[in-house]
Amino acid sequence: MNGTLAGWLQILALVGALALSHRPLGDHIARCLTTTRHLLPERLAYRAGGVGADTEQTWAAYLRGMLAFSLVSMVFLYVFQRVQNHLLLSLGMKPVPPDQAFNIAASFVTNTDWQSYSGEQTMGHLVQMAGLAVQNFVSAAVGIAVAAALIRGFTRERTDRVGNFWADLTRVVLRVLLPLSLVFAIALVAAGVIQNFHGVRTLTTIAGGHQGITGGPVASQEAIKELGTNGGGFYNANSAHPFENPTAFTNLLETYLLLVIPFCLPRTFGTMVGDRRQGYAVLAVMGLVWAASVAVVTANELHSVSSSAGHAAGGMMEGKEQRLGIWASALFAVSTTLTSCGAADSAHDSYTPGGGGLLIFNMMLGEIAPGGTGSGLYGILVLAVVAVFVAGLMVGRTPEYLGKKLGGREMKFASLYILTTPAVVLVGSGIAMALPGERAAMANPGPHGFSEVLYAFTSAANNNGSAFAGLQANTVWYNAGLGLAMIFGRFLPMVFVLALAGALARQRPVPVTAGTLPTHRPQFVGLLTGVVIAVVGLTYFPALALGPLAEGLH
Amino acid sequence: MLLHLPPLVRQHLSALRMLLVFTAVTGVAYPLAVTGIAVAAFGHQADGSLITVHGTPVASRLLGQNFALPKKNPDDPREPLRPDPRWFQPRPSAADADKGAGPYDPTYSGASNLGPDNPALVRAVDERRTAVAAFDGVAPRTVPVDALTAGGSGLDPDISPAYAYEQVARVARARGLSPRRVGELVTGHVRGRDLGFLGQERVDVVELNQDLTHLT
Repeated sequence: MNGTLAGWLQILALVGALALSHRPLGDHIARCLTTTRHLLPERLAYRAGGVGADTEQTWAAYLRGMLAFSLVSMVFLYVFQRVQNHLLLSLGMKPVPPDQAFNIAASFVTNTDWQSYSGEQTMGHLVQMAGLAVQNFVSAAVGIAVAAALIRGFTRERTDRVGNFWADLTRVVLRVLLPLSLVFAIALVAAGVIQNFHGVRTLTTIAGGHQGITGGPVASQEAIKELGTNGGGFYNANSAHPFENPTAFTNLLETYLLLVIPFCLPRTFGTMVGDRRQGYAVLAVMGLVWAASVAVVTANELHSVSSSAGHAAGGMMEGKEQRLGIWASALFAVSTTLTSCGAADSAHDSYTPGGGGLLIFNMMLGEIAPGGTGSGLYGILVLAVVAVFVAGLMVGRTPEYLGKKLGGREMKFASLYILTTPAVVLVGSGIAMALPGERAAMANPGPHGFSEVLYAFTSAANNNGSAFAGLQANTVWYNAGLGLAMIFGRFLPMVFVLALAGALARQRPVPVTAGTLPTHRPQFVGLLTGVVIAVVGLTYFPALALGPLAEGLH
Repeated sequence: MLLHLPPLVRQHLSALRMLLVFTAVTGVAYPLAVTGIAVAAFGHQADGSLITVHGTPVASRLLGQNFALPKKNPDDPREPLRPDPRWFQPRPSAADADKGAGPYDPTYSGASNLGPDNPALVRAVDERRTAVAAFDGVAPRTVPVDALTAGGSGLDPDISPAYAYEQVARVARARGLSPRRVGELVTGHVRGRDLGFLGQERVDVVELNQDLTHLT
């Protein structure tokens, strides 16, 4: 079979698997978020945690619960890393330095999983599994919880209640993430991913040298790393590492896992608002952007477009593994940058200017196609609100979406949401470029060096976590700066989303009339796609021109 | 007692208790359950897919190794490794990038992260082309791309079939074996795409070299 046909089949297999999962998983998540019944393990968890799971909360109470949980998580994870040398399974690792421990705590609690550290050099097994991996579960569940609150804003009327944070959080972890992770972790082990508690075992190699074989509970972490769109690798090389991703089959499985929940959530949305067509419209926008991005990045990498190193070598295999090759690597890279996952099975830093530039652009879209677990859905719903508003301005009617009027208050929250991340990205990159020491952290000369810095702040503020990893980001300044970017980029938008949910839930629905803009037709899909691209394109064009565009046009 | 605390403190205490519950379930019970099932059902894979000789592990078939000549001064980390002509050679490895550890060191996994137009990468590719062509006795323009570029992990155990066949004559000569038999060994190690359409064709250098030791 030739490479092109195999490459296409691989994409089709992925799309097919996602399509088959869409209905059952989307409906299952919808049931978890709407049921009033508590399962026994959940009741035990609520009792142990001392939280009430039956009282509906206002958006502000929901927000306070979410922020309290995240703050406590961050402090816990920070302390955990600082004292790891005193704990079991530390493998002799030293305490993580304060600035880096802050960065890592912020990174995993915000579902970013940016890694300024190398797993095999920094983390003992206990911090990996009982610190980092726990956040992989709960930060993903927090994203879905906030999305659920926003959906309830649309479905409810004349109430100030948007759900119960603790119930949403617990149900998503116990009914969705945990069972799926368990099944897929075992599947990954069967295909070769390791799962043990060994430290480094030194052996005498075939040629008579020495090699230290690393161990670790990798598969259990790998499954939730992808499923929760976290992306923090057990090892420095992330999913390029053969112990994390041993075959092209596991690579496809991991790509599927990181896409499956974000691509199923539009179904959850459609089911919960009682009009599945609304979900399909959102899904169509996500799918279009994803497919276009896969096509462009793959084509760039296959044809070594405008890369002198690619021309010298006869192909873009620098930073890509032989068992995977270009098609599988590009598919993973696009999926991971569009989902806020940030795992990587190849070195994005070594991609062509066009391919690597589009990976940055993918993140700049705000992680909405399909986006992170939950964050992708609430992100695109905010953009849908903006799109409806734009359409309303064109025809001079009060805009409404799903029966809710979009007035000044709603649009204020939507606009703040849209503005937050670019502000963090551009201000952060700007400051970094103004400081000579931070500029010196760039590993590559010329515009590509700027792309590294721009990639770093885009990745942090959009909670992606992948990197143009040449950048030497383990400095006090970058650890602090990127840590803050992740926190602002995660929690400020969540505040605005929950406030928007509260504002929507209070309203009485307006009846659909002949003048109402239909939001389930191809026309709206086109409009929303246009808004997504235009908002991002106009915001980031100057920065992109200095980095990837300058690089590609050299 | 809790009731006397201010609501803000009470809320954070509840949050901490919930976090501890999740830590117990997803951070301890879950990985232990996966490990238990994995070790019972797929012990070989869970342990790292090790290749053993007389009960002693010599490699993981998933992690590439160096097949280099002994160093003149084994204690000098800066002395570059020279490929041993008696072994099939893996791809270049970036696992040693500016850290002083050797290539194919699993405790320093990683890529070169050199940009697509970085002159240092262009130079490295050109140098590798010259060196590999001279080492294998082939025309420089025929050297396959995987021999000229470092992978994403620095631990890539695989090379392309083209690069494996390129090395047959040199390995056979260095070992005094017939090129035909060495070529047949390579053919036996060529693995197609997973399920026929996933990834790329490849030869696992570690397995190939291990089986090479049985060829006399």
